[in-house]
This record gives sequence, C-alpha cells and structure tokens, in this order.
Amino acid sequence: MNVRLYLWQRATAALLAPMVLIHIAVIFYATRKGISAADVLARTRGSVAWALLYGAFVAAVAVHASIGVRTVLSEWTPLRGRACDIVVVLFGLLLAVLGFRAVAAVVLP
Amino acid sequence: MNLLAVRAMGSCNRSNPEAWLAGTGSPASVALVFAAIEVVMEGTLQKSLRVSLWRGGADGRYVSYEVPARESQTVLDVVTWVQRNADATLSYRFACRVGMCGSCAMTVNGRPRWTCRTHVSKVASNGQLTVGPLENLPVIKDLAADMREFFDKWQRAKGRFAPSKSRADPVERIAPDSAARRAAAAAIECINCGVCYAACDTVRWNPDYLGPAALNRAWTLVNDVRDAANLERLAAVAADGGCHACHSHQSCQEHCPLALNPTASIAGLKRASARAYLRGELKP
Repeated sequence: MNVRLYLWQRATAALLAPMVLIHIAVIFYATRKGISAADVLARTRGSVAWALLYGAFVAAVAVHASIGVRTVLSEWTPLRGRACDIVVVLFGLLLAVLGFRAVAAVVLP
Repeated sequence: MNLLAVRAMGSCNRSNPEAWLAGTGSPASVALVFAAIEVVMEGTLQKSLRVSLWRGGADGRYVSYEVPARESQTVLDVVTWVQRNADATLSYRFACRVGMCGSCAMTVNGRPRWTCRTHVSKVASNGQLTVGPLENLPVIKDLAADMREFFDKWQRAKGRFAPSKSRADPVERIAPDSAARRAAAAAIECINCGVCYAACDTVRWNPDYLGPAALNRAWTLVNDVRDAANLERLAAVAADGGCHACHSHQSCQEHCPLALNPTASIAGLKRASARAYLRGELKP
C-alpha cells in the first residue's frame, strides 16, 4: 500500500459509507411497502438518478475492494509485486463488469 | 550464620534443642521455633524457577533449566544465572541493565519485553518462564536475534537527521510548546529495543514493512524544523511497505516498554504524506 492507493481506498470508503446506508434504506422501504420487482423496475428504468447512484456505487466498490484484496494477497499469499497487481486489476474488472451489468439490467429502459 | 548452617542446626537438634538454647524457654517451645525455622528455610532453599530457554538457531529448541528464585529478580538476572552457572555457551545480548540501551529485549512467556526491567514476579506463570529470541527477526543463536534488518529499515525510512544549517549558523530557536516540538517529544524517547517490531502483526505478514520503530523515528524528524530532508523522508515512508501498510492494530503501543505510541506517529506520517501527495510534492 502506498499513499496513492491509500487515498483511493479512503476516498472510495467515504463515498461508499453514505451509499451503503441509502442502499439499505431502499431495501427496507421496498420490503416494508411490499413493492414488487415489476414496481421496482418501473421506477428504475430510464432513471438517470438511480443509474448515477448505483453506477458510482459499483465503481467505488471495484476500486475499494481490489485495493483491499491487494493487501490481503500480499500479506497472506506468496503473490507480490506485478503478479499481485495483475490479479487485483482483473478482480476489480470482474467486479465492475458484474456490477455494471446488474445496474444496466435495472436502469436501461 | 548462613542459611545452611541454620538448617543444619534445626535438623540436628530438634530432639534436644536445650543443648543449643539452654535457659531460653521450655524444650517444647524451642523445638517449635526450630521446626518453624526449618519450614521457612526449606521453602526458601528449594524455591526455584523452571526456565525454558531457546537454544540454537532457527531450528533449535527450548531447553529447561532450574534456576534459584530470588526476591526482586529480573528476567535478565535469570538468563545471566543460567549462563554463569549452568551453561556458559548460552548466547544473549545486554549492556546497560537499566533500561536505557535497548539491547536485552527477548520474548518472555510469549510477549516481547525488555528483560532487564521485567521482574520475574510480574511475568512468571506458576514459577515457569519461557524465554526466546525476539520474533519477526532471524535468530543468530539462542536468545540473540539478528537486528540488521531492523536497523536497515531505519535507514530506508530516512531515520537520520539531515542538517539544514552549518555550525556557523546561529542555534535554531524552538519553542518547547510548539505543536511540532510536542509531537517530536512524544516519540523521541525510543531506545531501539525492537519490542514493537517483534510485536507487530504487519511486520510478521509483510517483510517489506518498515515497522513501528523506524516510522516512529521518521515522525520525530518530520517534526524537526531543523531537518532538510523531509520530502525525501515522506517519499520513503509513503512508498509500498511504508506507513500506509500499518493496520493500526496498536500492538506496538501495547508492548512498548517506554509507553510510546508508534501507532499515533504512523497516523501522523499518513496525514503528512497524504497532504504532500495531494499538493503534488510526492510521486509514488
């Protein structure tokens, strides 16, 4: 971990903290109101706000988690240096692809 | 009269104490006194510690010794007794014996400690002591760890003063209550014993990590207004294996024999290097 990765990880954590709270609040709201999947999709499809919220969420998760996994791998496995970096970049890309695919599924009209 | 003589007296004359103490009381009471003395002496003479010391290099093993227990006895006293009375080939390191030089740190019953200031009565568990070399460092032999890596990291962290003035310049005036001086003063008393380094989980997991002592030293210099190498120092501690690798477990603070707080120093370095990076002064 160097200062650049440290700041990226802290900045994405600062972004994720309120987003996670919003995400949990939305889950509680939807379940307590008994909103169906169709109702959810009706509200999210074509919504720029939901696309921006969950798009930023996925981007922050991909960056934050891959930096954390880089530390875990370098401390707990023999992976170090460039090999470790390649693995975590691929891991971050995987998270981003899966996440953006899920966001696209609920916000694209 | 030494203790053995007293004990011998007790043993030989329990049946006829008046021969020794004629006219000092009834035979029964004198016999009781001797019996009590004997019990006390037996306890004192037989009281001993079971001490396991690491012997050999990395592939060594713990060897047990019986060491006389004494009042106000330090762990270093115990190790020294073994070397002088049981096995002269025992290797260990010490110098000042008063907690100033930082030479005698070892692992005592699982915790890194300065042995010259660690009383046996505080750490022995049922009269048992297990003493090994400091962890997170290679073993040279027995209780002596190889400290080269520890001190090399001080150099990597730029832990040496870089003067900004010559002897021709006037002495720098530093206000004792200035924020920088207070921060330096809180961390300056480190004696380089290596206890924090041996206690650090991050050092154990990441051999490149500079460690709490080197970073604590760097923090004192970052707060030294006379120093001319702070940007290089921040670059050194902001790289991979530097201050940002710290997980803030605070084992260094917990184990430091001088009650310093290297975790706080490392947090200070994180802030200082992050500010320098955001100002564009660092290129990691």
